[in-house]
Amino acid sequence: MNRDIFKIDKKILKSRLIVGTGKYKSLNETAQAIKSSGADMVTVAVRRVNISDKRKPLLMDYVNPKKINYLPNTAGCFNSNDALRTLRLAREIGGWKMVKLEILGDKKTLYPDMIETLKTTKVLVKEGFKVLVYCTDDPLHAKKLEDIGASAIMPLAAPIGSGLGIHNKLNISLIIKQSKVPVIIDAGIGTASDATIAMEMGCDGVLINSAIALAKKPVQMAEAFKYAVISGRKSFLSGRMKKNNIASASSPEKDLIS
Amino acid sequence: MAKIQINGKKVAIKQNFSILEMLKKYKINRKKVAIELNGKILPQNQYNKKKLNNNDIIEIVQFIGGG
Repeated sequence: MNRDIFKIDKKILKSRLIVGTGKYKSLNETAQAIKSSGADMVTVAVRRVNISDKRKPLLMDYVNPKKINYLPNTAGCFNSNDALRTLRLAREIGGWKMVKLEILGDKKTLYPDMIETLKTTKVLVKEGFKVLVYCTDDPLHAKKLEDIGASAIMPLAAPIGSGLGIHNKLNISLIIKQSKVPVIIDAGIGTASDATIAMEMGCDGVLINSAIALAKKPVQMAEAFKYAVISGRKSFLSGRMKKNNIASASSPEKDLIS
Repeated sequence: MAKIQINGKKVAIKQNFSILEMLKKYKINRKKVAIELNGKILPQNQYNKKKLNNNDIIEIVQFIGGG
Protein backbone atom coordinates (compact mmCIF):
# COMPACT_ATOMS: atom_id res chain seq x y z
CA MET A 1 0.00 0.00 0.00
CA ASN A 2 1.29 3.46 -0.86
CA ARG A 3 1.85 5.74 2.06
CA ASP A 4 -0.81 8.42 2.17
CA ILE A 5 1.17 11.64 2.33
CA PHE A 6 -0.32 15.04 3.13
CA LYS A 7 1.76 17.70 1.48
CA ILE A 8 1.14 21.44 1.26
CA ASP A 9 3.60 23.00 -1.15
CA LYS A 10 6.79 21.20 -0.06
CA LYS A 11 5.78 20.75 3.56
CA ILE A 12 4.80 17.26 4.62
CA LEU A 13 2.40 17.08 7.54
CA LYS A 14 1.75 14.04 9.70
CA SER A 15 -1.82 14.96 10.45
CA ARG A 16 -4.58 16.05 8.11
CA LEU A 17 -6.14 17.88 11.03
CA ILE A 18 -4.99 21.47 11.46
CA VAL A 19 -6.20 23.21 14.60
CA GLY A 20 -6.72 26.80 15.61
CA THR A 21 -5.37 28.16 18.88
CA GLY A 22 -8.09 30.69 19.71
CA LYS A 23 -10.99 30.65 22.18
CA TYR A 24 -9.41 28.29 24.73
CA LYS A 25 -9.76 28.96 28.46
CA SER A 26 -6.00 28.99 28.97
CA LEU A 27 -2.76 28.48 27.11
CA ASN A 28 -2.32 25.26 29.04
CA GLU A 29 -5.60 23.95 27.68
CA THR A 30 -4.57 25.08 24.19
CA ALA A 31 -1.36 23.08 24.44
CA GLN A 32 -3.11 20.00 25.78
CA ALA A 33 -5.78 20.10 23.08
CA ILE A 34 -3.16 20.41 20.33
CA LYS A 35 -1.33 17.44 21.78
CA SER A 36 -4.36 15.20 21.91
CA SER A 37 -5.49 16.29 18.43
CA GLY A 38 -2.23 14.98 16.96
CA ALA A 39 -2.06 18.08 14.74
CA ASP A 40 1.37 19.25 13.65
CA MET A 41 0.18 22.56 12.23
CA VAL A 42 -1.71 25.25 14.14
CA THR A 43 -3.05 28.62 13.12
CA VAL A 44 -1.95 31.64 15.13
CA ALA A 45 -2.89 35.30 15.14
CA VAL A 46 -0.61 38.33 15.10
CA ARG A 47 -1.38 40.96 17.73
CA ARG A 48 0.26 43.78 19.66
CA VAL A 49 2.47 42.90 22.61
CA ASN A 50 1.02 44.20 25.87
CA ILE A 51 3.82 46.45 27.09
CA SER A 52 2.26 47.21 30.45
CA ASP A 53 1.77 43.58 31.47
CA LYS A 54 5.22 42.11 31.25
CA ARG A 55 4.39 38.82 32.87
CA LYS A 56 1.68 37.82 30.45
CA PRO A 57 2.30 34.23 29.28
CA LEU A 58 3.15 33.74 25.62
CA LEU A 59 1.72 31.19 23.22
CA MET A 60 5.28 30.31 22.19
CA ASP A 61 6.07 29.26 25.76
CA TYR A 62 3.29 26.68 25.62
CA VAL A 63 3.32 25.60 21.98
CA ASN A 64 6.85 25.18 20.70
CA PRO A 65 7.12 26.49 17.13
CA LYS A 66 10.10 24.21 16.58
CA LYS A 67 7.88 21.18 17.10
CA ILE A 68 4.51 22.39 15.82
CA ASN A 69 4.26 24.33 12.57
CA TYR A 70 2.83 27.78 13.16
CA LEU A 71 0.54 28.99 10.41
CA PRO A 72 0.16 32.75 10.86
CA ASN A 73 -3.32 33.89 9.99
CA THR A 74 -4.81 37.25 9.08
CA ALA A 75 -8.02 36.71 11.04
CA GLY A 76 -9.62 40.03 11.81
CA CYS A 77 -8.37 41.75 8.63
CA PHE A 78 -10.97 43.36 6.44
CA ASN A 79 -8.72 44.66 3.67
CA SER A 80 -5.65 43.83 1.65
CA ASN A 81 -3.30 46.32 3.32
CA ASP A 82 -3.97 45.04 6.84
CA ALA A 83 -3.55 41.45 5.72
CA LEU A 84 -0.27 42.15 3.94
CA ARG A 85 1.04 44.12 6.92
CA THR A 86 0.11 41.29 9.28
CA LEU A 87 1.76 38.55 7.25
CA ARG A 88 4.92 40.52 6.52
CA LEU A 89 5.29 41.08 10.27
CA ALA A 90 4.58 37.40 10.93
CA ARG A 91 7.33 36.43 8.53
CA GLU A 92 9.71 38.77 10.34
CA ILE A 93 9.11 37.06 13.69
CA GLY A 94 10.68 33.86 12.54
CA GLY A 95 10.79 33.38 8.83
CA TRP A 96 7.31 31.94 8.44
CA LYS A 97 6.62 31.73 4.73
CA MET A 98 3.62 29.46 4.89
CA VAL A 99 0.64 31.56 5.93
CA LYS A 100 -3.12 31.55 5.98
CA LEU A 101 -4.80 34.43 4.23
CA GLU A 102 -8.24 35.36 5.45
CA ILE A 103 -9.82 38.65 4.43
CA LEU A 104 -13.30 39.17 5.75
CA GLY A 105 -15.92 41.19 3.98
CA ASP A 106 -18.73 41.42 6.49
CA LYS A 107 -18.68 41.64 10.28
CA LYS A 108 -21.91 39.76 10.76
CA THR A 109 -21.30 36.73 8.55
CA LEU A 110 -17.48 36.90 8.54
CA TYR A 111 -17.83 35.91 4.91
CA PRO A 112 -14.60 36.20 2.91
CA ASP A 113 -14.14 39.15 0.58
CA MET A 114 -12.99 37.33 -2.53
CA ILE A 115 -12.01 40.41 -4.53
CA GLU A 116 -9.56 41.54 -1.84
CA THR A 117 -8.51 37.93 -1.25
CA LEU A 118 -7.58 37.30 -4.90
CA LYS A 119 -5.71 40.60 -5.13
CA THR A 120 -3.76 39.91 -1.93
CA THR A 121 -2.94 36.30 -2.82
CA LYS A 122 -1.26 37.55 -5.99
CA VAL A 123 0.96 39.96 -4.02
CA LEU A 124 1.87 37.36 -1.40
CA VAL A 125 2.76 34.72 -3.98
CA LYS A 126 5.01 37.27 -5.70
CA GLU A 127 6.74 37.95 -2.37
CA GLY A 128 7.50 34.26 -1.94
CA PHE A 129 4.80 33.37 0.57
CA LYS A 130 3.11 29.97 0.46
CA VAL A 131 -0.48 30.95 0.88
CA LEU A 132 -3.33 28.83 2.20
CA VAL A 133 -6.42 30.78 1.32
CA TYR A 134 -9.70 30.96 3.20
CA CYS A 135 -12.40 31.35 0.57
CA THR A 136 -16.03 30.97 -0.36
CA ASP A 137 -17.19 27.56 -1.50
CA ASP A 138 -17.52 28.90 -5.03
CA PRO A 139 -15.67 26.65 -7.53
CA LEU A 140 -14.88 29.59 -9.81
CA HIS A 141 -13.05 31.58 -7.15
CA ALA A 142 -11.34 28.42 -5.94
CA LYS A 143 -10.03 27.80 -9.45
CA LYS A 144 -8.85 31.39 -9.80
CA LEU A 145 -6.97 31.11 -6.50
CA GLU A 146 -5.25 27.97 -7.67
CA ASP A 147 -4.35 29.58 -10.99
CA ILE A 148 -2.64 32.53 -9.31
CA GLY A 149 -0.52 30.28 -7.11
CA ALA A 150 -2.37 29.51 -3.85
CA SER A 151 -0.74 26.58 -2.03
CA ALA A 152 -4.07 25.32 -0.68
CA ILE A 153 -7.73 26.17 -1.09
CA MET A 154 -9.66 26.55 2.15
CA PRO A 155 -13.37 26.84 1.48
CA LEU A 156 -15.78 27.40 4.34
CA ALA A 157 -18.19 24.64 5.33
CA ALA A 158 -20.43 27.24 7.00
CA PRO A 159 -19.78 30.67 8.59
CA ILE A 160 -16.80 30.94 10.98
CA GLY A 161 -17.67 29.75 14.47
CA SER A 162 -21.18 28.64 13.47
CA GLY A 163 -20.62 24.90 13.93
CA LEU A 164 -23.23 24.11 11.29
CA GLY A 165 -21.25 21.56 9.27
CA ILE A 166 -20.91 21.41 5.49
CA HIS A 167 -23.74 23.38 3.95
CA ASN A 168 -23.02 23.06 0.28
CA LYS A 169 -21.69 19.59 -0.40
CA LEU A 170 -22.12 19.99 -4.13
CA ASN A 171 -19.83 23.02 -4.28
CA ILE A 172 -17.26 21.43 -2.01
CA SER A 173 -17.19 18.29 -4.15
CA LEU A 174 -16.80 20.37 -7.31
CA ILE A 175 -13.86 22.17 -5.73
CA ILE A 176 -12.27 18.87 -4.65
CA LYS A 177 -12.67 17.45 -8.14
CA GLN A 178 -11.08 20.37 -9.96
CA SER A 179 -8.24 21.21 -7.53
CA LYS A 180 -4.67 20.04 -7.91
CA VAL A 181 -3.59 21.73 -4.68
CA PRO A 182 -4.89 20.53 -1.30
CA VAL A 183 -8.47 21.42 -0.36
CA ILE A 184 -8.83 22.02 3.36
CA ILE A 185 -12.20 22.74 4.90
CA ASP A 186 -11.93 25.84 7.03
CA ALA A 187 -14.67 27.16 9.26
CA GLY A 188 -18.11 25.93 10.16
CA ILE A 189 -17.37 22.39 11.31
CA GLY A 190 -19.37 21.69 14.48
CA THR A 191 -18.54 18.20 15.62
CA ALA A 192 -16.31 15.25 14.85
CA SER A 193 -18.68 13.59 12.37
CA ASP A 194 -18.70 16.77 10.25
CA ALA A 195 -14.96 16.35 9.84
CA THR A 196 -15.39 12.70 8.87
CA ILE A 197 -17.92 13.70 6.22
CA ALA A 198 -15.53 16.30 4.82
CA MET A 199 -12.71 13.76 4.66
CA GLU A 200 -14.95 11.06 3.16
CA MET A 201 -15.87 13.49 0.42
CA GLY A 202 -12.18 13.68 -0.47
CA CYS A 203 -11.01 16.83 1.26
CA ASP A 204 -7.28 16.75 1.93
CA GLY A 205 -7.62 18.16 5.42
CA VAL A 206 -9.75 20.13 7.84
CA LEU A 207 -9.03 23.13 10.03
CA ILE A 208 -10.87 23.16 13.33
CA ASN A 209 -10.94 25.76 16.07
CA SER A 210 -14.30 26.54 17.70
CA ALA A 211 -15.61 22.96 17.54
CA ILE A 212 -12.74 21.87 19.78
CA ALA A 213 -12.18 24.97 21.91
CA LEU A 214 -15.87 25.48 22.70
CA ALA A 215 -16.64 21.83 23.48
CA LYS A 216 -17.34 21.08 27.15
CA LYS A 217 -14.21 18.96 27.20
CA PRO A 218 -11.92 20.48 24.59
CA VAL A 219 -8.98 18.13 25.13
CA GLN A 220 -11.18 15.08 24.68
CA MET A 221 -12.94 16.63 21.68
CA ALA A 222 -9.54 17.25 20.12
CA GLU A 223 -8.90 13.52 20.30
CA ALA A 224 -12.33 12.83 18.82
CA PHE A 225 -11.41 15.01 15.85
CA LYS A 226 -8.10 13.22 15.46
CA TYR A 227 -9.87 9.92 14.94
CA ALA A 228 -12.70 11.48 12.93
CA VAL A 229 -10.21 12.81 10.38
CA ILE A 230 -8.24 9.55 10.21
CA SER A 231 -11.49 7.62 9.89
CA GLY A 232 -12.86 9.83 7.12
CA ARG A 233 -9.61 9.69 5.19
CA LYS A 234 -9.36 5.89 5.39
CA SER A 235 -12.99 5.60 4.39
CA PHE A 236 -12.40 7.86 1.37
CA LEU A 237 -9.34 5.86 0.32
CA SER A 238 -11.20 2.58 0.76
CA GLY A 239 -13.96 3.49 -1.68
CA ARG A 240 -17.43 3.18 -0.28
CA MET A 241 -19.97 0.58 -1.44
CA LYS A 242 -22.62 1.50 -3.95
CA LYS A 243 -25.90 2.80 -2.60
CA ASN A 244 -28.91 0.55 -3.27
CA ASN A 245 -32.55 1.36 -2.94
CA ILE A 246 -33.42 -2.22 -2.00
CA ALA A 247 -32.18 -4.51 0.74
CA SER A 248 -29.45 -7.06 0.23
CA ALA A 249 -29.01 -9.64 3.00
CA SER A 250 -25.60 -9.90 4.59
CA SER A 251 -25.85 -13.65 5.34
CA PRO A 252 -26.11 -16.35 2.67
CA GLU A 253 -29.71 -17.28 1.87
CA LYS A 254 -28.76 -20.91 1.14
CA ASP A 255 -28.88 -23.75 3.69
CA LEU A 256 -31.27 -22.10 6.11
CA ILE A 257 -32.42 -24.53 8.86
CA SER A 258 -36.10 -24.08 8.11
CA MET B 1 13.67 62.21 27.21
CA ALA B 2 12.17 61.25 23.87
CA LYS B 3 8.42 60.97 23.51
CA ILE B 4 7.44 58.00 21.43
CA GLN B 5 4.42 55.82 20.88
CA ILE B 6 4.53 52.05 21.41
CA ASN B 7 1.51 49.97 20.44
CA GLY B 8 -0.76 52.98 20.66
CA LYS B 9 0.57 54.11 24.05
CA LYS B 10 2.49 57.32 24.56
CA VAL B 11 5.67 56.72 26.53
CA ALA B 12 8.80 58.65 27.34
CA ILE B 13 12.19 56.97 27.03
CA LYS B 14 15.80 58.05 27.40
CA GLN B 15 17.37 59.96 24.55
CA ASN B 16 19.39 57.83 22.17
CA PHE B 17 17.80 54.59 23.34
CA SER B 18 18.21 51.78 20.80
CA ILE B 19 15.41 49.41 19.86
CA LEU B 20 17.27 46.67 21.68
CA GLU B 21 17.46 48.75 24.87
CA MET B 22 13.78 49.53 24.60
CA LEU B 23 12.97 45.80 24.30
CA LYS B 24 15.08 45.12 27.38
CA LYS B 25 13.28 47.84 29.32
CA TYR B 26 9.95 46.18 28.61
CA LYS B 27 11.37 42.67 29.11
CA ILE B 28 10.39 41.62 25.62
CA ASN B 29 12.17 38.66 24.04
CA ARG B 30 13.42 39.89 20.67
CA LYS B 31 13.14 36.44 19.16
CA LYS B 32 9.41 36.30 19.76
CA VAL B 33 8.34 39.60 18.23
CA ALA B 34 8.43 41.68 15.06
CA ILE B 35 8.76 45.44 15.04
CA GLU B 36 7.43 48.13 12.80
CA LEU B 37 9.06 51.55 13.06
CA ASN B 38 7.04 54.41 11.57
CA GLY B 39 5.11 52.04 9.35
CA LYS B 40 8.09 50.03 8.10
CA ILE B 41 9.22 46.63 9.29
CA LEU B 42 12.54 46.87 11.08
CA PRO B 43 14.79 43.86 10.37
CA GLN B 44 16.04 42.10 13.52
CA ASN B 45 19.68 42.85 12.69
CA GLN B 46 19.01 46.58 13.05
CA TYR B 47 17.66 46.48 16.61
CA ASN B 48 21.04 47.32 18.05
CA LYS B 49 21.91 50.12 15.65
CA LYS B 50 18.58 51.83 15.38
CA LYS B 51 18.08 54.69 17.86
CA LEU B 52 14.69 55.96 18.82
CA ASN B 53 13.79 59.56 18.10
CA ASN B 54 11.10 61.91 19.30
CA ASN B 55 7.66 61.15 17.79
CA ASP B 56 8.63 57.68 16.57
CA ILE B 57 5.72 55.32 16.25
CA ILE B 58 6.47 51.71 17.09
CA GLU B 59 4.40 48.59 16.76
CA ILE B 60 5.59 45.42 18.47
CA VAL B 61 3.67 42.28 17.59
CA GLN B 62 3.73 38.65 18.64
CA PHE B 63 1.80 35.46 17.96
CA ILE B 64 -1.24 34.77 20.08
CA GLY B 65 -3.98 32.15 19.94
CA GLY B 66 -6.21 32.51 16.91
CA GLY B 67 -8.29 30.58 14.39
